Amino acid sequence: MKRVYVNEKWCLGCHLCEYNCAFANSGRSNMAMALKGVTIHPRIQVEEDPVRDIHFAVNCRHCEDALCVKSCIAGALSKKDGVVVIDRDKCVGCHTCVLVCPYGAIMPDESGLVMQKCELCTKNGRDIPACVDGCPNEAIVFEERG
Amino acid sequence: MRYVIIGNSTAAVGGVEGIRKVDPNGSITLIASEPHHTYSRPLISYLLLGRTDENRMKYRPDSFYEENHVDAHLGVTVTKIDPEQKYVETSSGEQFPYDRLLIGTGSRPFVPPMEGLSTVQNRFSFMTLDDARALDQVLMPESRVLIVGAGLIGLKCAEGILHRVKTVQVIDLAPRILPSILDETGSAMVQEYLEKKGVSILTGTTVERFDGHHATLTNGTACDFDVLVVAVGVRANTELAKEAGAQVGRGIQVDGEGRTSLPDVFAAGDCTETMDLASGTTHVMAILPNAYLQGEAAGQAMAGRDAPFDNAIPMNAMGFFELHMITAGSYDGQELVWKEKDSYKKLVLRDGKLVGYILIGDVARAGIYTSLIRQQTPLDEVDFDKLKDHPQLLAFGPKTRAEKLGGVPR
Repeated sequence: MKRVYVNEKWCLGCHLCEYNCAFANSGRSNMAMALKGVTIHPRIQVEEDPVRDIHFAVNCRHCEDALCVKSCIAGALSKKDGVVVIDRDKCVGCHTCVLVCPYGAIMPDESGLVMQKCELCTKNGRDIPACVDGCPNEAIVFEERG
Repeated sequence: MRYVIIGNSTAAVGGVEGIRKVDPNGSITLIASEPHHTYSRPLISYLLLGRTDENRMKYRPDSFYEENHVDAHLGVTVTKIDPEQKYVETSSGEQFPYDRLLIGTGSRPFVPPMEGLSTVQNRFSFMTLDDARALDQVLMPESRVLIVGAGLIGLKCAEGILHRVKTVQVIDLAPRILPSILDETGSAMVQEYLEKKGVSILTGTTVERFDGHHATLTNGTACDFDVLVVAVGVRANTELAKEAGAQVGRGIQVDGEGRTSLPDVFAAGDCTETMDLASGTTHVMAILPNAYLQGEAAGQAMAGRDAPFDNAIPMNAMGFFELHMITAGSYDGQELVWKEKDSYKKLVLRDGKLVGYILIGDVARAGIYTSLIRQQTPLDEVDFDKLKDHPQLLAFGPKTRAEKLGGVPR
């Protein structure tokens, strides 16, 4: 299946992926309206070391053998066509997924009561994840690799 | 191949899914005492809190048994395992033959002998859906609730019911709350937070004697209450395995694939004791993710594939009134501690590796720490100064990051 892969050396650390993610999942049609004056809660997060000039974006790896799915106490996480998806109605925000995810790629949403994660934009009507679509430098790509 | 599974909770579901990864065709018979569709026991406090309901707290969808071709006998209790003739027998005398058996009988509340306990009319345990339903029935706005036990179960119960009763008093014989999960600093911090939210907590004392609605405590004081919840601890349900002749300590003894000492009999979950990678000791861990992983490993082994679960560690994610804490591993080693007003972090190192941690307040990305413990990563292979700051993948070298994020084969 297609996944989001990181080309670390091309990442500028511009954080556009974070904004595009927050906008894509905001349910709003206007980016400025959706994001102006709010603290964004993106499902992709840029890590950076300014001293060594290293930047890269981290989002869910959609692991083959996903520990979060196996560990979820509510049965809220599952795999659907290879994508790790979350049923936010079932999630109680216990943070067990945060305890086990080796990538640190799952986090509470803006309410703090329910978790959120990258679902490759499968639930917001996009063919290409918004983070990849808006990356100016191909530092994240959406590809099928072995 | 005929598989029989005793139990219907996390380990049993892991067992079903493990078997089906390998063997789509063998027959699976699942037998469990509780009459309910598989549900998540830790969610009962969220049920009382109103954050979930009985439908949403199902651990797997309604179609689970059908989709996995499981012949489920719910509300049926297995009373005997015959490891020679290879069958299990239920309380009604029905026999189910097996080629491979998985015991996922879980644990039950431990209620210590307490004088006058039988004089208490409204007394409950807090473990099953039926416990939660029963407690739900008696809670009134004017109820004074006494919870004996300040462990995870007792305190989650307190959180679940505080908003709908007059008072919640928690008492524990131990000198501090959550003694098996937190250290002294963490316990004190969480206790203060819970008290601020309105939970009364008394440590270092327990009930000397009950008399109806009155409890005399060992510290000389007394407590009047309307509803009693006893959450002192749990005991593994090992009797079936023991009577069948399996090696049993505090839990059923198993290897990494869930094999018991009896041929073709496997066990997983809270009824077992397992090797704790972080401390190097064997004990009953009763951790939900571990129960699933053990059940899944056992299921696969039963179907002929060895995929051991051999890096179990104690680990917990807990939240009380939106204060979150995540802990993992062993606290025996060199300690690094950061304490601020609303957050606490402790990292524990031994032999050049991270073996345990406590995070309270800021728990973001804790799984990166958990993974270092489970993988036993030597800290000289990572940038530990960065990890001390917070869990982050920058701590790994470019090659490891390319593997983790860039899809570059290892």
